[in-house]
Amino acid sequence: MKPRLLAEGCATRLAGPLLFLKRTVDVGLNEAVEVKGGDGRTRLGRVAAADLETLTIEVLESTSGLALDEVVVRFVGEPLNFALGPGILGRVFDGVGRVIDGGPPIPARETYPIEGLPWNPVARGVPRDFIETGVTSIDLMNSLVRGQKLPIFSGGGLPHDRMAADIATNARLPRGAKGDFAIVFAGMGLPHDSAEFFRRRLEQGGALERTALFLNLAADSSTQRLLTPRYALTAAEYLAFVEGKHVLAILTDMTNYCEALREVSSSKGEIPSRKGFPGYLYSDLATLYERAGCVHGARGTLTQLSILTMPSDDITHPIPDLTGYITEGQIVLSRDLDRRGINPPVNVLPSLSRLMKDGTGEKYTHRDHPALASQLYSAYARAVQTRVLAAVVGEDGLSEADRRYLAFGEGFERNLVHQAGARTFPESMEAGWQLLRGLPHAELTRLSDEQIARYLAKGRD
Amino acid sequence: MSTAAIRWISGPVLRATVHGSFFLRECVRVGPRALLGEVVRIDGDEITVQVYEDTTGLRPGTLIEGERQPLAVRVGPALLGNIFDGLLRPLTGVDAQMKAGSRPAPPARLAFRPACAAGEAVKGGQILGVLTPAAGRALSFLVPPDLEGELVSIVAEGEYDDVSPLARVRTADGREAGVAMSHLWPVRVPRPVARRLPTKEPLVTGQRILDALFPVALGGKAAIPGGFGTGKTVLLEALAKGCAADVIVYLGCGERGNEMAGVLEELPQLVDPRTNRKLMERTVIIANTSNMPVAAREASIYSAITVAEYFRDQGLHVALMADSTSRWAEALREVSGRFGELPGEGGYPAYLSSRLAEFYERAALVETLAGTRGSVTVMGAISPPSGDFSEPVTSHTKRYVRAFWALDVKRAQARFYPAVHPLQSYSEDAAEFAPWWNENGNTQWLELRRRFLTLLDEQSRLERMAKIIGKDALPARQQLTLACADLVNEAFLRQSAFAPKDRVAGPAKQAAMMRLVGRFIELATQAVAAGVAPDRLSRLACLRPLARMGEEIGDGEPEKFEAVAAALETEFHDLIPAPENRDEAPAAG
Repeated sequence: MKPRLLAEGCATRLAGPLLFLKRTVDVGLNEAVEVKGGDGRTRLGRVAAADLETLTIEVLESTSGLALDEVVVRFVGEPLNFALGPGILGRVFDGVGRVIDGGPPIPARETYPIEGLPWNPVARGVPRDFIETGVTSIDLMNSLVRGQKLPIFSGGGLPHDRMAADIATNARLPRGAKGDFAIVFAGMGLPHDSAEFFRRRLEQGGALERTALFLNLAADSSTQRLLTPRYALTAAEYLAFVEGKHVLAILTDMTNYCEALREVSSSKGEIPSRKGFPGYLYSDLATLYERAGCVHGARGTLTQLSILTMPSDDITHPIPDLTGYITEGQIVLSRDLDRRGINPPVNVLPSLSRLMKDGTGEKYTHRDHPALASQLYSAYARAVQTRVLAAVVGEDGLSEADRRYLAFGEGFERNLVHQAGARTFPESMEAGWQLLRGLPHAELTRLSDEQIARYLAKGRD
Repeated sequence: MSTAAIRWISGPVLRATVHGSFFLRECVRVGPRALLGEVVRIDGDEITVQVYEDTTGLRPGTLIEGERQPLAVRVGPALLGNIFDGLLRPLTGVDAQMKAGSRPAPPARLAFRPACAAGEAVKGGQILGVLTPAAGRALSFLVPPDLEGELVSIVAEGEYDDVSPLARVRTADGREAGVAMSHLWPVRVPRPVARRLPTKEPLVTGQRILDALFPVALGGKAAIPGGFGTGKTVLLEALAKGCAADVIVYLGCGERGNEMAGVLEELPQLVDPRTNRKLMERTVIIANTSNMPVAAREASIYSAITVAEYFRDQGLHVALMADSTSRWAEALREVSGRFGELPGEGGYPAYLSSRLAEFYERAALVETLAGTRGSVTVMGAISPPSGDFSEPVTSHTKRYVRAFWALDVKRAQARFYPAVHPLQSYSEDAAEFAPWWNENGNTQWLELRRRFLTLLDEQSRLERMAKIIGKDALPARQQLTLACADLVNEAFLRQSAFAPKDRVAGPAKQAAMMRLVGRFIELATQAVAAGVAPDRLSRLACLRPLARMGEEIGDGEPEKFEAVAAALETEFHDLIPAPENRDEAPAAG
């Protein structure tokens, strides 16, 4: 253990999360500190800037209750670390990695910096293995691959929590052995009800003992919210790359995280960029999202499923916008589909999985899967276009072919996107072929003649 | 050597008190780990330094050493086939997780054969010998551009490493300089050329929609703006694999680590059909992923273009793919904010536009110092926030590029790739390339190009109208226009980046496909004029082979295109001269 330095009675100024000290000790940038106030509470912080006379400490938890003459700062001598060891699964932590389930502390084996270190692109393996989630609109249309980061773009009131919980319980690797599968759940600014919902659902599904929960509730400090995903991802990396498990990290709700970032940035007096968010929002989000992946020589993988609620359902808002630029696709939920009782209400047109091409096809799912998905996409896009047309000229004004597409679109939503329970992959494929049988074969240009003959010949019209 | 001591530090920016003199843009080494940095401001005895690596652990009092040279990268033959970070330090053979600190490249060994003798007068850019790497093309051993004098000595044929001097040159002022296979070059300084040449030929990209409708010149500049999910990266990767350049410099600037891993896995397996060599052998990858230090992202774009210029000086045609220039601009903005500079439009510094100009202006077709012809073609992706093309990076870039490949969300959502929007994109040089296409087997290129573009333009207008009055209410000729535009899209412009035969389309295949689609339009127009109902045309049997010819017929299978053409002629022949077939009520389809 490194020597710890103490600074007492040298605080000169407190401004929002920033604490200014006379520089009495020689410490380096980004090193962790513990700030103790007169109230006896210990707050985490880090050295944000230093000059010859002054140290600027960014306090990562609430600064209310601190008084200049009472502040005691303890310097840790290294960046923020998380001590981890076997036995973190099945446990509940607060937003900064402290056990809150009343159980014994974690038997720490080693400490890991919570910021992680950027992976060398050369060391990364290409994510390949298909994960079956049981959701057709994901499995068939936007396949999830181990090591991918795929967010769910949702809106307030949409059933994203239920969807994430379903995926966490149903996800499996169809071809692989039943490898060690673990879930790391990070709740940021989560209302108590949602946290309870997840805990209960995971318990019912029997998944709780393979889950580590990190909870920063809505009532907790927003500065601490910035640390929650970092602690959770450090634990996830430990499980994946040290213990060799296949980890699914669920981060919810990224919107709360970004808002906390904006709050802290503005209290630091930084120049705001779009919608008041700091200019480094992209880089900051990247330090979280990029911590998903596969690594050559490591058995485990880290897959991220983050949930964000789009403010007023606006996909061009900086949070979904920048997320979409970093993540490997997105699953977009639609209020319109939800209102019509389609569950899960996945709007497949703006949804995308960039890694689908690497994890589907002959070696991974099925030889004809890519062509089927492409054809369904193209036909559904046309159906949606026709729907707009029908709204203006009325259904009678449509050509015979257009009416067929209209029916296809309706069937696509009711019979393929909507599902009562989890579907296996072959069931999802069959649902797709079934729909295509209602369309004129000559227009199915994304399918080969052989595919048409094999799958669509029976039961046409 | 000048030194300085840190007096203030925050993030990647520090201020230090100097002992000795520093010049602006001087490269410095910071602290015990020798972190790379650059002097960006001098004020009395204080310098401001931008550090290119993680500054954790630095503190007031830490020592800084000046290097007495601007930020420079080592360019040489060993770059080909390898992957580097934004400061051109190798990424192979280092830790899986990147720590800050210097990492010199291990020396590579290449075979050398001299082409000059001692005593000759040599000047910058002159060829001194031939280098043959273990894999890949032979390269020239050049005098660095800024050196001139008398060749004092040169080694005999043999195998040497790339950093030790193989020749010595005595300059006019009597100093002697060693010349190695690789040399340092300051990244922000364009490498000199004999002269710039006007360009009359396109860089064939292998993507039909680009080559046919929006061609980019050899030595030209193209921008690829597109919101997320519109396929920028897939298109850039397809260009890196398929475009007809000798060397590819692929810059992943602030993008995803998994994508770089994908490129790294795929390229070594693919073969360049033009040379039958592995694609990786002609590629240099520079990766500064989004989670690597931001300041190095700012420098990476200059490293990349310096590398491209180095190969151009060898008399090669180089294509530089930058993905994405927006991330570079954001790094500029972030660092500028830390300096406390006044923000301009969108928070970007006021010099964004001039920096973009500096970068794009380094693309050119040139006569090199050695007298050969070489070029650097730049293709830069732009990631505009919310897909809004009026934002600063897109609008400034538009002023400097001559080809603009706008990617469209609607097309991407229908999985129509490449999702290049035919009406928002443009190429200012297109008319210049007709003679080149003439010589390369497509005499109708200009005419068909105009025809396709007109059709697509009319389609967008007619579709608006059809939304109001219904498609069936349109007159026959306009229904035909819609059908033909659909065919242009489906049969010609759509191209799968993953279908083996469709990934890259050579000039011959493009010409054949263009002619076929053009011929269909011609025949269909005649048929409708002769009274055939447009609805009947949509049920022609030849439509399906036309729509699938891209994926099913490869380059070098002209006989298959001829078969499609013959079927086309026959079917129309049967359709038109039978007057009793006219005005027949269309059977339910």
